[in-house]
Amino acid sequence: MRAFLTLLMALAALPVLAQSGPPAPYAYTQLEDPALEAEATALMHTLRCLKCQSQSIADSDAPMAGDMRHQVRSRLAAGESSGEIRAWLIKRYGDYVSYQPEVSATTWPLFAIPALLLAIVALVLLRRLGRKRSDGGGAA
Amino acid sequence: MRPAYFIPLALFVAFAALAGFMLTQPKDQFVESQMVGEPLPEFALRAATDNRPGVSIKDLRDGKPKLLNIWASWCVPCIAEAPHLETLQARGVEIVGVAIRDNPQNVAAFLAKHGNPYSRIGADDISAIQLELGSSGVPETFVIDGQGIIRHQHIGDIRERDVPMLLQKLAEAGA
Repeated sequence: MRAFLTLLMALAALPVLAQSGPPAPYAYTQLEDPALEAEATALMHTLRCLKCQSQSIADSDAPMAGDMRHQVRSRLAAGESSGEIRAWLIKRYGDYVSYQPEVSATTWPLFAIPALLLAIVALVLLRRLGRKRSDGGGAA
Repeated sequence: MRPAYFIPLALFVAFAALAGFMLTQPKDQFVESQMVGEPLPEFALRAATDNRPGVSIKDLRDGKPKLLNIWASWCVPCIAEAPHLETLQARGVEIVGVAIRDNPQNVAAFLAKHGNPYSRIGADDISAIQLELGSSGVPETFVIDGQGIIRHQHIGDIRERDVPMLLQKLAEAGA
């Protein structure tokens, strides 16, 4: 039974093998320096997979996400900073590639509207509570 | 009732109307390259197959505008665009191919079956050039001018109706 399942899984994996060659060297291989690898992992969680929208490149198994992890690890190993690598990708793909929300010309309402709503709620509450107190806490 | 009490209801109706309207809009999943107008980086790719040379930046800076076609033998829409690439080649367009994560046997088999409109085909095994171009999928086609500057990005397979548009973009790039 186990052998059968193994065979079944191997067959299921075949189209993936047929699709492309071996993954990029650093797609699934960690950097030797643990500090650098930790930095790479943190950075990979802030970059969006271009093929899968709702995953970071750290979470995705898409071949292209693997190629992006290779870029992140090999560039860090070559001495580039996390910020430089993020900027390199954002220069090519725009905000889309950032999986970490950033305030920009198009995204600022997402940050401003909740703050505005909270301010309105606070104002309404203050007025109501203030009125109640001046009524002596009676009629509502 | 005071008119102010209807504000929440009005907001909800407006929100529902907006959500309903957006559902009728086609979803745009394309990630456009921000590199249009920017120069290509220095690069050199080995040949992806025996009967065409590889691609380097020098080949794209020879003064003649070209199409740079990102494709792969494993890519199904690439089969659909193959005849239109041949049309473009027949119209005198030089097409340089970049094969993504491919191997020489599969590239040769694809070309034998679907035609070979390419003057050169480079092998990009780790999407390095694809990432440099700001390309997020296969196939994609870039118009490159004679100085190696990216002039236009076409996302997805080239359809028959895209052929005149690409010829126009090439003419604008100085063909």
